[in-house]
Amino acid sequence: MRTVKLLHPLASLVLAAGLLLTGVSVFAHDNEAPATSASGRVPMPVRTIEKGEHCVEPLEVMRRDHMKLILHQRDMTMHEGIRTSKHSLKNCVDCHADSKTGSVLGKDGFCESCHHYAAVKIDCFECHSSVREASAAVATPPSTVRALSNTAVPQMTNETAKGKKP
Amino acid sequence: MSINRRQFLGLSGAAIAGAALAPGLRLIELAQARTPEEAATAQHRWGLLIDSSQCADGCTACVDACAEENGIQSHGRPATDAQWIRKVTLKDKQTGYVQNLPLMCQHCESPPCVDVCPTGASFKRADGIVLVDKHICIGCRYCMMACPYKARSFVHEVTTGQKAYAPRGKGTVESCTLCVQKVDRGDGSTACADACKKEGHQAILFGDLMDPSSEISKRLASQPSMELRANLKLNTGVRYQGL
Repeated sequence: MRTVKLLHPLASLVLAAGLLLTGVSVFAHDNEAPATSASGRVPMPVRTIEKGEHCVEPLEVMRRDHMKLILHQRDMTMHEGIRTSKHSLKNCVDCHADSKTGSVLGKDGFCESCHHYAAVKIDCFECHSSVREASAAVATPPSTVRALSNTAVPQMTNETAKGKKP
Repeated sequence: MSINRRQFLGLSGAAIAGAALAPGLRLIELAQARTPEEAATAQHRWGLLIDSSQCADGCTACVDACAEENGIQSHGRPATDAQWIRKVTLKDKQTGYVQNLPLMCQHCESPPCVDVCPTGASFKRADGIVLVDKHICIGCRYCMMACPYKARSFVHEVTTGQKAYAPRGKGTVESCTLCVQKVDRGDGSTACADACKKEGHQAILFGDLMDPSSEISKRLASQPSMELRANLKLNTGVRYQGL
């Protein structure tokens, strides 16, 4: 016990140094594509909006309640056959799928990058298609990156979306 | 102004004609497709009429079209691959007469799969289409055991390449949806019926059993047909001829 106590400060120092090194290497790897927060420690999600001027609901509503809207629409469609597109998952994918991969998943995918950031598991695409339908992909205008700004969540500017440090 | 007998009869006749026309107009209105905002109603009951005498030996057009429409991919393991529709061959052992028929979910009015489902995932829509809500399905497969037609499949493997309108996922049970996406779109047909027609066999006819003016109702009213396992009194939405 005594030796452990004696070694303890030294051990913690080594541990801290190790953590620091690992941390640096992890973030260095993650920094390649997405930008990081002001402290440079947290990789930010990539949110590239491919088409459309604005979402189907205000940004604040979508950020907090998009899952409720999708859940409500899901039951209406499944059980009653109501297939309005406004709050449908298909509509989400059609707008938000990446222009290169055609998907909302992947490292820089709209859904996955944010869910990864928030550490929330995303189950939708175990069954649902994560890619934009072929017909819609053809009609997609040239990709435009739109700035999103909100004080409630970390800011993203055009620069951060392109992978540069803020 | 006085109305004589002849005028009174004339006016009455016109009124009766008008009353008779009104239900006709309503039928036309019902036959039109729903808008996306409208829910499916019990004013329709969708079903199929299958003429097994028209079903060709060795033809798998309906099975292939179903797989294409609903994004069902084979893993090369027939024992566990999902089957929404399959060809069944019947042979009379005494005479050697061989018959073919496509078999899929029979969309029962009283579906045993719905009765046994512990979560409410297996359900019947208002317009008679029996579906699995895969969001609620826990993959217990009670419905597969309850179904007298072996119409349901369990998805054993990770799915890829799903269609946007036909989600499929590992760990859930699925079966023929009567091409519900096409029904909701108002296509008035299923992938299997279209494919059969294209092959020139016309063994599968899709239609509204509640609409007396639909082709399926007319044929059911004028020709003999049967339910499979009619003794179970499930009142199936899929009927067979020529068996």
